[in-house]
Parts: sequence; structure tokens; C-alpha cells
Amino acid sequence: MMEFFNDYRKLYSSALGLFLLLTVLVAILPAFDNQNNNGPLPNAVALQGEALEGKAIYVSNGCVACHTQQVRNLEMDRVWGARPSIAADYADINRMDLWRNTATLMGTERTGPDLANVGSRQPSATWNLLHLYQPRAVVEESIMPAYPWLFKEKEVVEEGDVEVVVPDRFRVGVNGKIVATDEALKLVAYLQSLKQVELPGTMPAPNFLYKQEKKEAAALATGAGETEGLDGAALYTANCQSCHQANGEGLKGAFPPLKGSSVVLDDNPELYVEVIMNGYDAHPEYASMPAVGTNSKLTAAEVTAIMNHERTNWGNKARLVTEEEVQKIMDYLKQTTKQ
Amino acid sequence: MNVAHPIKPRLRKLSKLLSGLLLTAFCFVATGVTAQTETTPTKEGLMSMPGILITITLLLIPISGALLLLVVKVWALLKHLRTKKHAVEASRYAEYLQTLSEEQLSVLHTHKKNQEYRLKGGELTGPFAPEDTRGLLSRVNHKANIRFIAAKRKSLERPAVDPQLSRLILWLLGTATFWLLFGTSIGQYLGIKFVAPDIDHQSWLSFGRLRPVHTNAVFWGWSSLAMLGLGYYVVPRVSNVRLHSLKAGWWTLILINAAVMLGSLALMAGINNGGGEYREYVWPIQLLFGIGLIITLYNFIRTVSKRKTKEIYVSNWYIVAAVMFAIVISIVAYVPSYQSGLGETIIQGYYMHQGVGMWFMLFTLGLVYYYLPQQLNKPIYSYSLGILAFWSQIFFYTVIGTHHFVFSAIPWSLQTVAIVGSAGMAIPVIAGTTNFIMTFRGAWHKVAGSYTLPFFIVGIIFYFTGSLQGTAEAFRSTNLIWHFTDFTVAHSHLTMYGIIAFFLWGGIYAIVPRITRQEPPQVTVGIHFWMAFIGMMFYTIPLMWGGTLRGLMWIEGLPFIESVVLMAPFWLWRAIGGTLMWVSHFIFAYNMYRMIKPRKIININNTAIGILDRDGYELVDIVNKEKPAV
Repeated sequence: MMEFFNDYRKLYSSALGLFLLLTVLVAILPAFDNQNNNGPLPNAVALQGEALEGKAIYVSNGCVACHTQQVRNLEMDRVWGARPSIAADYADINRMDLWRNTATLMGTERTGPDLANVGSRQPSATWNLLHLYQPRAVVEESIMPAYPWLFKEKEVVEEGDVEVVVPDRFRVGVNGKIVATDEALKLVAYLQSLKQVELPGTMPAPNFLYKQEKKEAAALATGAGETEGLDGAALYTANCQSCHQANGEGLKGAFPPLKGSSVVLDDNPELYVEVIMNGYDAHPEYASMPAVGTNSKLTAAEVTAIMNHERTNWGNKARLVTEEEVQKIMDYLKQTTKQ
Repeated sequence: MNVAHPIKPRLRKLSKLLSGLLLTAFCFVATGVTAQTETTPTKEGLMSMPGILITITLLLIPISGALLLLVVKVWALLKHLRTKKHAVEASRYAEYLQTLSEEQLSVLHTHKKNQEYRLKGGELTGPFAPEDTRGLLSRVNHKANIRFIAAKRKSLERPAVDPQLSRLILWLLGTATFWLLFGTSIGQYLGIKFVAPDIDHQSWLSFGRLRPVHTNAVFWGWSSLAMLGLGYYVVPRVSNVRLHSLKAGWWTLILINAAVMLGSLALMAGINNGGGEYREYVWPIQLLFGIGLIITLYNFIRTVSKRKTKEIYVSNWYIVAAVMFAIVISIVAYVPSYQSGLGETIIQGYYMHQGVGMWFMLFTLGLVYYYLPQQLNKPIYSYSLGILAFWSQIFFYTVIGTHHFVFSAIPWSLQTVAIVGSAGMAIPVIAGTTNFIMTFRGAWHKVAGSYTLPFFIVGIIFYFTGSLQGTAEAFRSTNLIWHFTDFTVAHSHLTMYGIIAFFLWGGIYAIVPRITRQEPPQVTVGIHFWMAFIGMMFYTIPLMWGGTLRGLMWIEGLPFIESVVLMAPFWLWRAIGGTLMWVSHFIFAYNMYRMIKPRKIININNTAIGILDRDGYELVDIVNKEKPAV
């Protein structure tokens, strides 16, 4: 046996042979297989135009270092998307150009949130632009880098310019108006395009694994009508706070305050529920609100918890709404939007 | 090369070890892989997870070292008690002696006198002072200094290395040192950005662009060049021939440095390959690196083919295989034919892990098989174990790539293969560790007197703990908690730094003084060692702890931003540990400078003779003049 390995040709070619064989088996063949046997979903829209150019900016700035784009089939990932990501979601991603490889951008670090479905979770362009200019203007605890070089300073806002209203304490040294460059707009267009495509009716979604057994058992025990198990404050943080802020005061010129808001405090919660579920664009001085409730598939219980949190905090004092009440309005809204 | 022949009891021990090891590996696989009970780990259930148990065990290794010390102390205490008992017995004996008669006592006194007789040393020479014609007695040092720092052995002079080859090796190691300083300065800055995200607003210095600059510079710049520098010494040395081509070595040096230089600039300018980790350099740049490796492969194989030994020493198995495999993975990673959609992700998993395991790890192990026995001045414990580790490393390591994408859209079966392979990695790791530790057997006393061996010991400990930690992370039950968190960052530093960098430093301190005949100051080597080691501990332990808490927080479904707030103190600790590591690199660079820079040493005798020679014909004349006169 040792004689065999005393011949350097035999030794090195057998080691190389084993390595190549395994390489073909575990990497190249599966890669070919996945490339050739997966296609995009029928509802999928191919990435193009501004969004496609925006992806190049995303790649070039190394956003993948902190942001994943994959909803794993784990219960804990349900916050990032309605269903686990599947091979078809990535099937339409091809080589970028002669110089650069395919960028599926799945990522391996989640220092920041997952972005697989951010186009549904946070579609507001106003929010995204302000967040890019200075993340800490909207999320105080954020450690994301600021990208001021994607914006320019102008004396006068011209037609077609998109102005970003930045709170004063983040405008140090800036005298004019802050206007988004094309690059910033393209990057936001890309982020807005990141939406999970709905599966065709015939196709079952994969299950989320490792479910929280305790919570479900608790929910069953207390009856489906109770909202006690839900933490309104946490739901507010996850779904509303990035715009309306922890103190409920919003941001001047961008996001309206909830503190003392007539919509929030109204005894009749119909408009309130409608705003949460379908969005709102009644005030030109503020950005339009996306359909947060529908996009994040919030249940009546969750909406109720959020509403009650907002109605009883920051000095707000309104009566608590019940889940039945909210459910009724949601059912009505569903019917009217379908028609 | 002298090779230990495995004798029978050794074989039996080995087979016992292996069967035990296989059994544990399979237990892990059985519990780890099939554990898809679809229940969420809770804080109480953590203790039943194999991955967590393994990690705790690994953490226990340094702790048990401390316990061992405690045992030694207790032992000393017991010994003290025993001496007390002896003292009591002695006083009783004295009482007995007092009862003896005169005669008995005088007999005893005579005995005592006879036994105490000693030669005085002057019986033969008499009272005359010795004549010291050869100056043997004149070098006695009567004023020994108090030793604040234990003096280590100087490195032995070696048979002269070809000065041309020495120059190449020093250039490879010198540029490696530069990339270490550059790459870790970037890393240090990135660590600060976690604590102070608004420290700058320059596009070239933004986090996403700098992160790959850091990783690629320490991978392809520091580690790769240092490995090649040490490898260019080992390959011809264990083949007992001259290097096939020096020119080829210089081309490798130039191409790899060019690749890292251009690659770093391109990344900062926002030009990258699409975001796959460690293949961020675009192909024209990585191609330079690849050509550099191909040239070196040819050079090494030609050298081995001309060897004057019958066997190919195991170092050259590892080193040449590593260069071959690195070329293969680079080609596989950059050929576009199968990289659309998930194809890219599968190749990414394969590439990033083979880069670590088949290039850095395999090559470095080859270096250890040479430098460790050399520093201990004894052969490696078992050649067979080295060969077992070699083949099992290729077999298991190659299949584990996709464990970076557990629970992703990649086929479930492929994920399972990767997890099983990760468990199988226990075999090469335990075989390798056993081999290194057993080589130390009977030579542990040398550690105290050596400034290189501590680096090897740290490397061996982390080879064991760091590698098995990777196994622990791969199980689905633990991946659930740790994936995507900073735990992974801690793991990659325990391995690329704890294993690779420490082994490389050990090798560099072993070989550079022998080539240049100049020792580094031992104090600064000690400072380098301790700062790097303590810094790494401060860097990794908080990140592992914080990463675990963060994963559990995600499982509980708390808002994401709360997990960012949670991490803040751990990121601060990371920056502190990172600073220690970073400063230690400057001390290392200073040591390199002291070892390499030609120092002018004035030998008083030689210089005096030289002066006499230069204008000393008078002296010669005097002698000549005087001679005829006599």
C-alpha cells in the first residue's frame, strides 16, 4: 500500500480524483439539477427597469453582509414572510453581466432584518428614503450605515425631484433641501419589488417547522376570542413603530402622530381599522400609509391588540375595542374590497 | 525524515479510540439529524440538545485545565499535612534516643563521622591555584541577574538555507504581515462601526463594502501568503532537494499580492462579484490568484518528483493536495454554467467551506506536521494517524458545504448530507489532535523553554474545540438558534484565527530566526502571544453568548429591533477584544522587523583585528624586524 503512495503521481491523482468525484456529486450535479428543474412561479414578475438597476446598487454596497433574503421554513421566520421561501423564488435570478456572478443574495448573517418580503412589509417610499439617508432618524436603535451619498443638497426643489424631509438633528451642516438621487430612487424601487409571490392555488405552501406549541395551546385553552396572550406593545414595535415612533408622536413632515389623533381616539373604530388594513392617504403633508394590516396578514386579534395599545398609551385614553368588533369591520372591509 | 513506526499496542489503542469515536459520531447523527420533532427549543429544553451539550463540553476544556491546577494545589496541602505527621514521629524518635547508654551513643557518633566524610577537592592539587591556559574559568558570571522573564531557548542554527530561497520566503512572510495589519485594521474599524455607526459617511468606507475587504485581505493576503511562505521552506526541505524553480515562487508572490491589492480597491469602489462570501473579487482579479496557485502547484510537484527520499513525507501530502484543491474550488466557483437560481447558492456553500477546509486547514496541517516535530526535536507520533486524518478530511469535509444554508430552499436531502458530513468531521479532527498531543508526550518540559510551542498548543486546542464547534453548529436543533447570529462570526474567528493564525505564527517564529540568524526579542513575542490569545477570548465568548440570546429572542418572536439593542454590550466587548488582537499584530510586525532587518553587530575582537590588518603592516613589520634581530 505504501509503495502505491510513494509514487507522487498516484498519490496526488488519487487524492484529486476523490475530491473531484465528491465535488461533482455534492456541488456540481445538485447545482445543475436545481438550475434546470426549477422555474419561476406563474404570478412572478421579472425584475426589470429601475428595480433591476437598484439591485446592482444593493449588490455593490454589500447590503448582503447584514441582510438575508430567505424566509426559512421555521416558525421564527414567519415574521419575515407569509410562507417559507422555495426554490422557485430564486429560479429567475441569473448572472448579472460578464463581470459579475448570479446574486441570489440569500445571505448568511441577519445583523439587520430579512428583506425577502420587505416590499410588502414596508413599501413606503418616504420611509425608505429617509431610512437610507439616516436610519436613526426613523429607528433610534438602528446600527445600519447611513447612505447620505445617495442624496444631494439643493437650494430649490425642482419638478420631478423627490425631497426627503429630515428631522433637524440629523441635518447638521445641511442648509438646502435634501433630494434623492436616481440611485437612491432605484434602490428603493428594488426594495419595493421584494415581495413574496403568491403560490398558485394548486400548490401547497411548505410548513413552518418548530412551532411554538405553548402559545397555541394557551390560545386554545382560553378560547379563540381572547387577546390576552398577545403583546400589543411588541406588535406595535414590530409593525408600526418605525414610522409612528416609540413615543407615538411620528415624525414632522413624514409620519403623523398617533398621540391625540382623532382617528385613533374615535369611539367608532371603523375608519381606524380601515386605515390599518388598507392604508391611508388623506393628508398631503404626510406620506401615504401602506396597507400594513393586509400586507403583514395581521389577524383580528393582533389588530385589536395594536389598537388597544395605541388607544391607551402616550396620554391617549379611549375605551378598549373588542376582537369581535374588529373582526366584524375586517369582514366588511374584505367584502367591499373584493367587489 | 525519521518516521515513528506504529507498534502493536499503539495500534490497539488507535482502533479503540476510533471505534469509540465512530460510536459517538453516530449517536450525534442519530440525535442531531433526526431531531425534527417540530418543537421549539425553550430555555429549559436546551440541555437536551447535542449541539449545546457539545459546545458546553468544549468550553469545559479550558475550565478543566483550571480544575487540574486546583487538584495540584490540594495535593500540595495534603503533602503538608503528611510532613506534620512525620514531625511528630521524629520527636518521638528523639525521646527514644535520649534513653540510650554512653557506649551505644559513641558507636552512633563514629558512624555519623564516617558517613559525613567528604573529599575537599584539593587532595590531589595541593594548595596551588589551577593554571587556566584555555580561559575556561574566566567566563564565570558572578552576578546573575534576577530573572523577571524566563529566558527561552534560542533557536538552533540550521544547515544554511539557500540565500535566494530565504529571500523569497521572507518576502512572502513580509507581505503576509502587511496584509495582516491592513486586513485587521479594517476589521477593527468594522467592529467600531457596530458601536458607532455614524463614525464616517464615506461610500468607500461603508460597512457593506469594507466587510469583504477585511475577510478577503486576511484570507488571501495574510493567511495564504504566510502559508505559502512557510510551505516554500517545507516542500524542498522534506524532499531533501532544492526548490524546482525560484522564479516561479516570485511570480506567485507578485500575482497574489496584486490580486489582494486590486481586489481590495475594487471592493471599496463597489465592484464585486455578487455577494457570495469570499468570492467577492470579480473573476479577472481572482484569476491572478488562481494563476499564482497553478504556478506554485507546478513548482511543488516538480520539487516532490525530484525528491531524494523514498517516501513522500506527510507534510507534502497535505500541502500539495491543498494547492490542487484550492485551484479546483476556484474554478468550480467561477465557472458560470450551473450558477443560475439556487445553483449559485449550492456552489456558494461548497466554495466557502472548501476554501476554509481544503485550502487553509489542509495546508496548515501539512505545515504543522513539519514544524511541530521540528520544534520538539522528535518525530511525529504516528504517521498512520496523519494519513487517516488526510483521507477522512477529504471524504467528510467536501460534503459539508451546504450546512451554511440549513432550513433554506436548498433540497432537504442535500442539507442532511451536509449535517451528517459535519458529524463525520469528528474523525479527522480527533485523529489529528491525538497525533499532535501524543507527539508532545515526553517533551512537555520543552514548552516552558520555547517561545514557539505555546503558539502550537493554542492552535491544537482550537483545532479540536473550534472544529467540533462547527459540528455542533450544523445540527438542525442548534442551527435554529445560532444561524444568522454573531455566533457564526465568533466561530469563524476561533478557527481562522485560533487555529490558522496561531499555527502560522508558530511556524514563522520557528523558521525566520533560523533563516536570518536574528532572534526576535522574547518579551515582545510573549506580549504578542498573550494579547492575541486574551483578545480572541474577549472577542469570541461575548459573541457566542450574545448570539445564543439573540437566537432565543427571535424564537420567542420578540420585535427584531429589541435583539439589536440586546447585542449592544456584546458588540462593545467584541470591539475591546478586537483591539487587543489588533495591537498584538503590530507587535508581531515589530518582531518580524527585528528578525529580518540586518543588524550591524560589532564583534570587538574581529573589528580590532580588522583595524590592525588595514593599517597594521607596521605590526607585521615589527615582528619581522625583531625576528632577524633575535
